[in-house]
Amino acid sequence: MVPVSYYFALSAILFTLGALGVLIRRNAIIIFMSVELMLNAANLLFVAFARSYEALNGQIYVFFVIAVAAAEVAVGLALIVAIFRSKQSIDIDEISSLKG
Amino acid sequence: MFNLVPWIVFLPVIGLLLNAAIGRRVGERGAALIAIAASTGAFVVSVLQFLALNAHPEGEVVSLGDWINIGVLQVPWAFRVDTLSVTMMLVVSSVGTLIHIYAAGYMHYDVRYKEDTASYARFFVYLNLFIAAMMILVSGDSYLMLFVGWEGVGLCSFLLIGFWYSRNPDGKFGTLNAQAAKKAFIANRVGDFGFLLAMMMIFWAFGSLNFDAVLPQAESVAPWIILFITLAMLLGVTGKSAQLPLYVWLPDAMAGPTPVSALIHAATMVTAGVYLVARSAPLFVAVPAAQTTVAVVGGLTALFAATIAVGQSDIKKVLAYSTVSQLGFMVAAVGMGAFVAGMFHLVTHAFFKALLFLGSGSVILALERAHHPIDGNGAHHAKPEAHAAHFDPQDMRGMGGLRQQIPLTFWVYLVGALALAGLPPLAGFFSKDEILTDALLANPFVYVLLTAAAFLTAFYMGRQVLLVFFGEARSNPAKKAVESPRVVTLPLVALAVLSIFGGLINLPGLHWFTDWLEHTLGHDLAHVTEFSLIVALLSTLLALGAIYLAWTLYGRQPLKADQTDPLKARLGALFVGMENKWWVDELYAWLIIQPYQRLAAFLANVVDWKFWHDWVHDSLIVNSFQWLARFLANPVDLGVIDGIANGLAATTTGLARGLSFFQTGFVRNYALVTFLGVVLMLGYLVFSS
Repeated sequence: MVPVSYYFALSAILFTLGALGVLIRRNAIIIFMSVELMLNAANLLFVAFARSYEALNGQIYVFFVIAVAAAEVAVGLALIVAIFRSKQSIDIDEISSLKG
Repeated sequence: MFNLVPWIVFLPVIGLLLNAAIGRRVGERGAALIAIAASTGAFVVSVLQFLALNAHPEGEVVSLGDWINIGVLQVPWAFRVDTLSVTMMLVVSSVGTLIHIYAAGYMHYDVRYKEDTASYARFFVYLNLFIAAMMILVSGDSYLMLFVGWEGVGLCSFLLIGFWYSRNPDGKFGTLNAQAAKKAFIANRVGDFGFLLAMMMIFWAFGSLNFDAVLPQAESVAPWIILFITLAMLLGVTGKSAQLPLYVWLPDAMAGPTPVSALIHAATMVTAGVYLVARSAPLFVAVPAAQTTVAVVGGLTALFAATIAVGQSDIKKVLAYSTVSQLGFMVAAVGMGAFVAGMFHLVTHAFFKALLFLGSGSVILALERAHHPIDGNGAHHAKPEAHAAHFDPQDMRGMGGLRQQIPLTFWVYLVGALALAGLPPLAGFFSKDEILTDALLANPFVYVLLTAAAFLTAFYMGRQVLLVFFGEARSNPAKKAVESPRVVTLPLVALAVLSIFGGLINLPGLHWFTDWLEHTLGHDLAHVTEFSLIVALLSTLLALGAIYLAWTLYGRQPLKADQTDPLKARLGALFVGMENKWWVDELYAWLIIQPYQRLAAFLANVVDWKFWHDWVHDSLIVNSFQWLARFLANPVDLGVIDGIANGLAATTTGLARGLSFFQTGFVRNYALVTFLGVVLMLGYLVFSS
């Protein structure tokens, strides 16, 4: 049986990659994917702990997270499409018209 | 019967209201009838009170209701019916009614000579108002009610002295009449101050102002308090009853129409002081020092005024000073404790002095009518300007020989003069003699003063009658003088009858009046004065001697026109003093009025204008206000208030500018900040536990 710490490490690596992707990348689609990466890192950890503690709570949370992520993707992609239509670009640094 | 007494006030009030409302529309006859009816009604009510008192001599207090009810101060609106007040009511209403009738005729001419016929009704409004006020005075059951009447008659006196307020006493336009009215009012105010002090002291000492509560307690209060009360009251008496030193207003009050002089300034109002002393008899009896003061003031006034009367040439001024002198007799009498004698003289004096004043009015009217006649429609035939030489119808030097022209006036005037001179058996003899007898027993000094005054009285009356009615006419109007109409002479005849028989009410031996007043004053205060033959004989001989002296001076060789008074040659400087009223007015002007005016000028110019207006207002207040305004405007408003508002705005914009630095608009920046925040929070949670 694979120890939980392995899952923990993998989840941390995935989350760090996702976070770095959100902070560094300028392409909105990539940022979106990075957000998914962070969510799934969390999902992995939920499942791993659920298995380890033999409790169903974690797994049920994962379902919730997947459902929320799906909704987020639907809204987010719609937003990106709308932005692309107006700006002809999905470079996130170009969307700075709220600059003070 | 007693409960009818309020009508002595209500009837004249109704009369005056009627006349004030419709007096001008009902014509002279209507206005006069209303006023006479009101006055007669008051007389009838007074007679009814008299009849009721005969059955119940103890009298009654008729209360109409509460007037003042504050804690201990309880003053009901009550009428006091007793023998003393009813005596006054009878005098006021009987003489008052006769004078109303007289005035109906007299004022008919007077308003035409003053060319102001609209004032006819106004005169009767004032006259009725006077009757009402005088009735309140004599019927009041407390010092405060008496004071209401006291002030009311003072007001009427003011209104009637200044009745022709736009003219001078000689009939020309000017302010002298108004000034005379003002003088009377102010002199009376000085006296009223004393009366007010006395009232406050009475309330303080006795806890009440009602006669029934005050007078029986006189013995139980410390003598010095009673002394203060009585002396303060004496000041009030000297004002209202024209005694030294406040008598100066009364001679000037002759500026009023002659019926006013007769009613107010001879017969009734001026006797209010005598009534007040008689009413307060128990207070005065309690302190002999006050009694002596009152008696001496009265005696001095009697003699002093009599000397002035000798030197006057105005027919009314002689009578005015005679009134002051006779009031001195009454005040001296009540001061000596001879209350009955004082009241007796008050009654008889009311009769013969009213007669004399009305008689002098008839003389004046006779000359005035001869001077410029009035036709049946009441219009002037000739305007006063048409007369080249001004004629003073009151100057005795312009009269003479009127015996033939106006015989009826002469005869009644003679009766009045002899009554005033005190010849038996006329009214003045009995009353004056009673005073003299009492004075001899009580205070020989006052007796000497009064006897001398009585001698002078007979002399100046002899002088007046001889100057006016005997000899030859010294002016054109005097030659053509016409007898007054019957409405004027009838009251004169009635008063002459009263002057002849008035002395019978207290005939020596019968002393009915003493018994009558005894019901009110009590046995001790209303003592019977035994008739003294020596006093009577002496005073009669003195009076006859004075009249003879007057005849030697003015009768044997009648005064010629433009001749100086023969007395002047005999008396020299003394006569000049009498003629000029001993310069008392000038003395008062120098002693009181001028310093007062200087003080007033100082207060007005220096204190009020320079100090108060220029310095306090213009400098102190305005400057400090301007400084304050500048301070509030510049540092406070512009500095603090605006600073707060502007600072708030500047802070907000500055803060906004600073914060907008963080609003880069780059999503990744926001994400980084969020991320760092989460890291910090998690780090805190992890490491803090």
